[in-house]
Amino acid sequence: MAVYKRTYSSYTGPLSSPRFRFLVLPRYSYQHLFANRFLTGFLVACFFFPLGCAAYIYFVNNLSVFSSLGLSIPDFLKIDSSFFRFFMNFQGGLAYLLSALIGPTLIAPDLANNALPAYFSRPFSRAEYILGKISVLFILLSLITWIPGVLLFFFQVSQAGPGWLSSNWFILRAILLGFWAWILLLSLLAVALSAWVKWKIVAGALILGVFGIGAGLASAINSILRTEFGSIVDLSRIMYTIWSDQLNIDPANGIEPPEAWLAFFAVCFFCLFLLNRKIRPREIVR
Amino acid sequence: MTNSATPVIQLDQLSVQLGGRPILHQLAVSLQGRTIGLLGPNGAGKSTLINTLLGFYAPASGTARVFGHDIHKDTRFVRSLVGFMPENDSFIAGMSAVSYIRMMGELSGLPPATALERAHESLFYVGLGEARYRKLGTYSLGMKQLAKLAQAIVHGPKLIILDEPTNGLDPPARLRMLRMIREMRDNAGMHVVLCSHLLRDVEDTCEEVVILNNGRIVHYADLQAERRANKRFVEMETVGDAEGFATALESLGATCAQLAPGRWKMVLPPHFSFEHVFRAAAERDLELRRLNYRTDTLEDIFLKAISQ
Repeated sequence: MAVYKRTYSSYTGPLSSPRFRFLVLPRYSYQHLFANRFLTGFLVACFFFPLGCAAYIYFVNNLSVFSSLGLSIPDFLKIDSSFFRFFMNFQGGLAYLLSALIGPTLIAPDLANNALPAYFSRPFSRAEYILGKISVLFILLSLITWIPGVLLFFFQVSQAGPGWLSSNWFILRAILLGFWAWILLLSLLAVALSAWVKWKIVAGALILGVFGIGAGLASAINSILRTEFGSIVDLSRIMYTIWSDQLNIDPANGIEPPEAWLAFFAVCFFCLFLLNRKIRPREIVR
Repeated sequence: MTNSATPVIQLDQLSVQLGGRPILHQLAVSLQGRTIGLLGPNGAGKSTLINTLLGFYAPASGTARVFGHDIHKDTRFVRSLVGFMPENDSFIAGMSAVSYIRMMGELSGLPPATALERAHESLFYVGLGEARYRKLGTYSLGMKQLAKLAQAIVHGPKLIILDEPTNGLDPPARLRMLRMIREMRDNAGMHVVLCSHLLRDVEDTCEEVVILNNGRIVHYADLQAERRANKRFVEMETVGDAEGFATALESLGATCAQLAPGRWKMVLPPHFSFEHVFRAAAERDLELRRLNYRTDTLEDIFLKAISQ
C-alpha cells in the first residue's frame, strides 16, 4: 500500500543497537556537508600531497643513478622521521583548515532552532550526542591524516625492506598517536566553539583564531617574562612538541614533552567542560 | 513491561530545584487516564514537570515514574516509551522535514529503512505530506507545530507529551490538532499528556486534569467521573417577589443560591423535573426571564482551584 494511504500505527518491530546509534549523526552531517562543492573539492585536494609523498618514496627508493656512479644517496633524499614530520605538519595543517570549515556546521544549527530537546527526549544521551558530533570530524580528518600516513609508512617498508622497519617502527607509533591527539584536539575545539557561538562564520573564525591568539599570547608571555613556559598556551607549539618527541626529533625550543601532554589534556578537559555546560536539553537560568 | 493496571504517571513527593530555587514542591499524584491534562497559570511549573518526566531535570527529592519506571534510574527506557512535542521551536532549519523526522526516528532506534517509511507516514498523518521535502526553516508556524507532532510520534511511543500543541494554530488547524490527539488516543492506543493553558482544549480531549499553581498540585479532577456524575447546574433570572421560591425548590432536593437580586444558581438532584421550577414560579407569580442549563465547566474548576 502506498505510504500516503496508510494511517498512523504504533511500531513493534526490531530496534537498532544503542551502542552505535551515535553514528546516525555523522551520516546525516555528511549528507549536508557533501552538498557543498567547495568542501568536497577541498577534501579531494587534501589527498594530493599524500599521493605526491608516495611518488617521492618510490622515487627515493629506486634511485639507481647514484649507485651506478658509486655514490651514496644524499641525506636530503632519505625517508626518515624528518620526512614524516614534514608530512604530519602539512596534513595536520590541512586538517586544521578542514575542521575550521566543518566545525561551525556541527552544533550551531541545532542550537539556533533549539533542536536539543528533540534529541534528548529520545533514548539518546548527551555523551552520545557529543560523540556523534566529534565523530563527524574524526572520520573525515582520519581520511586525510593518519590513514594516508600509515599507508605511506607501509609503502616505505615495502620499498626499503624489513631492515628499515626495525629501525623506524617508532614512526608508525608517532603517526598514530600524534594524529589521533591532533584530531581529538581539533574535534573538541571545533565542537566546543560551535556549541558556544551560534553564528557559523564567527565560530569558524574563532576556530582559526584560537591558534593565532594562543601563539601571540605565548610570544608575549615569553618576551615579557623571559621564559619559554608561555608556549604552554600555544596549541600549535604543544602539538609540534608532541609530534617531535614521538618522532625522536629535538623540537629545538619551547616546552618539554610532559608539559606539552599536560597542556594538551588541560585543553581537552576544558573543551569537555564547555560542552557539558552548553549541551543541555534545557538551559537553567539562575 | 507495562500493563493496564500500572499508572501512566506516578509522582511520589516529587520536588525539583533549578539553580537552587525550588520549583516543584512535594508533588504526589497517580494518573491512569488515556489523556491527562496539565493545567496552570504561567510559571506554575507545568513545563518543569514535563522536563523532569523526560529526565532533563533531576528530582531534588521524591520520585516520578512513567509506566512504573523510575525516570531517574531508567531514563533511557522511559524516553524510549515517550514522544515529546516541545512548546517552542525545535528543529534544524536546513533540513527537509522528511530527513529531520527520519533522523529523529533513527535516534529513537528505528532501522534506517523503517525510519524513512515511518517519517513519510507521520508527515502524511499530520497533514504535511505535500510539504515533506521542504526545508523546515521555510515552514509557517502552524506547519512547524505539525512537524513537531510528526517527530514526536514517528517511533510509535506509548505516551506522547504535548506542550501547548495548539499554540499559533488558526481555528481550523486547532480543531484538526485536537481531532488528531483524540484519534491517537482512541485508534493508536497512545496515552497523551496535554499541557495547555487553553482550558477548552483540555476539556475537549482529556479524561483527567491536574492543576498546578506555584509548583504545587492544587487540584486533581477526574473529568470522566465528573461527567458521569453530571452535576446539573441551572442559572436563572427572575423578575418579581421571589420570597419562598428558594425554599420551595430546596424542599424538592435542589440546592439554591441567590447570586444577586433576581439571579439564581441551582444544583439539581438527579431525575429533577423542570416542571417543579415552573410550578414554583407560577405559584408566586414570578416571571422567569432566563434559564440556562449547564454542567460545571473546567473553567469553573480551574478558577476555583487557582483562587484557593
